[in-house]
Amino acid sequence: MKTLIEHLRVLRFTLQRLLLAPNATLLNILIIGIALSLPVGGYVLLKSVQALGAQIAGTPQISVFLASGTGVGDIERIGDRLKQHAAIKRIEFVPRETALKKMQQSTGLSDIIGGLSQNPLPDAFVIHPKDSSVASLEALRDELKTWQRFEHVQLDSAWVHKLEALLDFGRMAVIILAVLLSFALVAITFNTIRLQILTRREEIEVAKLIGATDAFIRRPFLYFGLTQGLLGGVAAWLLISASLLLLNHTLSALAQLYASDFSLQGLTTGDSLTLLGFSAYLGWLGAWFSVSQHLWQIEPR
Amino acid sequence: MIRFNQVCKRYPGGHEALKNLSFDIAEGEMVYLTGHSGAGKSTLLKLVAAIERPSSGGVLVKGQNIRSIKPAAIPALRRNIGLIFQDHKLLFDRSAFDNVMLPLQICGFDHREAGKRVRAALDKVGLLEREKANPIALSGGEQQRLCIARAIVNRPTILLADEPTGNLDTEYSNEIMNIFKSFHQVGVTLLISTHDEGILRQFPARALHLRKGELQAHSTGSGQATDETTSHSTRPSNDKGQVAGYSTSSGQA
Ligand SMILES: Nc1ncnc2c1ncn2[C@@H]1O[C@H](COP(=O)(O)OP(=O)(O)OP(=O)(O)O)[C@@H](O)[C@H]1O
Ligand SMILES: [Mg+2]
Repeated sequence: MKTLIEHLRVLRFTLQRLLLAPNATLLNILIIGIALSLPVGGYVLLKSVQALGAQIAGTPQISVFLASGTGVGDIERIGDRLKQHAAIKRIEFVPRETALKKMQQSTGLSDIIGGLSQNPLPDAFVIHPKDSSVASLEALRDELKTWQRFEHVQLDSAWVHKLEALLDFGRMAVIILAVLLSFALVAITFNTIRLQILTRREEIEVAKLIGATDAFIRRPFLYFGLTQGLLGGVAAWLLISASLLLLNHTLSALAQLYASDFSLQGLTTGDSLTLLGFSAYLGWLGAWFSVSQHLWQIEPR
Repeated sequence: MIRFNQVCKRYPGGHEALKNLSFDIAEGEMVYLTGHSGAGKSTLLKLVAAIERPSSGGVLVKGQNIRSIKPAAIPALRRNIGLIFQDHKLLFDRSAFDNVMLPLQICGFDHREAGKRVRAALDKVGLLEREKANPIALSGGEQQRLCIARAIVNRPTILLADEPTGNLDTEYSNEIMNIFKSFHQVGVTLLISTHDEGILRQFPARALHLRKGELQAHSTGSGQATDETTSHSTRPSNDKGQVAGYSTSSGQA
């Protein structure tokens, strides 16, 4: 109870001090906010693109084209065998006639196709696997290739690969940015606290002379770093949210042209709490470094 | 309570501020520390509060050896010591009230109880109606009294005062000394450095007299050196034969 009251007192004192120099405080918070919003913004973009990729790709499929002249009995046997396969969720059989009709409808090549004397398309199975990870898809494809009467097994994974690689690249960039800017945030707090310690040197000396423990002297500085970091996090959150609002507004017009409902996803509650917690922690860390670096140099004489 | 045993203090730069001091101050005793400017009075008081450490010899305060005390143990020691500084060391970024509040905050006092204590201390030094004033707006004497209020608010068991009446006229000096006397009466150990012959006469007590960092004679009461031989007889001299201001307690002690 006593310590709680003490902590509340220090917190109130800290807020007073933040308000004492509103311009400097505001500037610091803004700098921290911008620094944090860069990696967080990158993260938001990545998340949206990833979702878009999944949406376009749907669930990945494997198309199996049968050798021409496969009889109805063979087709049935193959269908049964596929259905019982452990890695396969569902199959569809696409007879060559259906495939031709579909092609006519969807591609607008009806004139050319109509002019063909015979159907060039094979019978096909569309396979929906249970596991959609690239590795297991490839394994399944390789297995199916060995089956009899399968002329061609096609997994449309090349662009999934590309997107994945691109996303990996993006993730790495965001991580590097986040690490660098975290250092910047710690450095900003370090310097702010250093200046504070210098200007409050006398107070620290007197406090030491009348029996203040190091923890007591350290506490207001740590609180200051923590609060400043937290407010910087709030600033970053506001910046991101406002930017998303603006971007989504323009995006919706763009997406309509492409008949898509693509929009940038906002920060979830979990994301937001992580952002605030992390920024507060970094502020605290910067203050802690600064205090341990500078406080011992002040000894009353 | 306070024991110096062959203490030397050499400042960086080689100046020897204290030379081979040995004396004892019992619990509840009131002792003056006199001597010319630069004699080492402030240095001696700083050793007791662990602000400086002895270069050699032992300083024992409440059973703790200042020479080897761990930094982590210093705050607890200082909370038991009320310090009145020659240069006041007040904080000008807060009111008189908040200055006196500081020691209680450090000890984590309940706010309301602390407020009462602060007012009582301010009242004792006659500054209650100035509690909201910034110390910079106070006169030299008022600042000194504020410093005293801050030193006593925590009810320390040892009070170290470095020229506490330096800036005060006789009337206030006497008032301050009466405050000290009242502390002495409730068992606080007092060590007061002073130039003021007046208070030495008016409030007689044992005096340690420093000269160029060495303990000279010792005196009872009147502030004048007594015969060396009588003092020798009151305390066994130490191995080196160096004696040091120790004498029978005066009537006040
Ligand atoms: N931090 C220091 N570094 C070097 N020398 C010092 C330091 N502090 C004090 N001295 C020297 O030690 C000697 C004793 O100083 P001290 O302050 O103890 O004297 P004092 O008796 O309190 O004098 P005054 O009555 O003027 O306050 C002086 O010669 C002073 O110059
Ligand atoms: Mg002095």
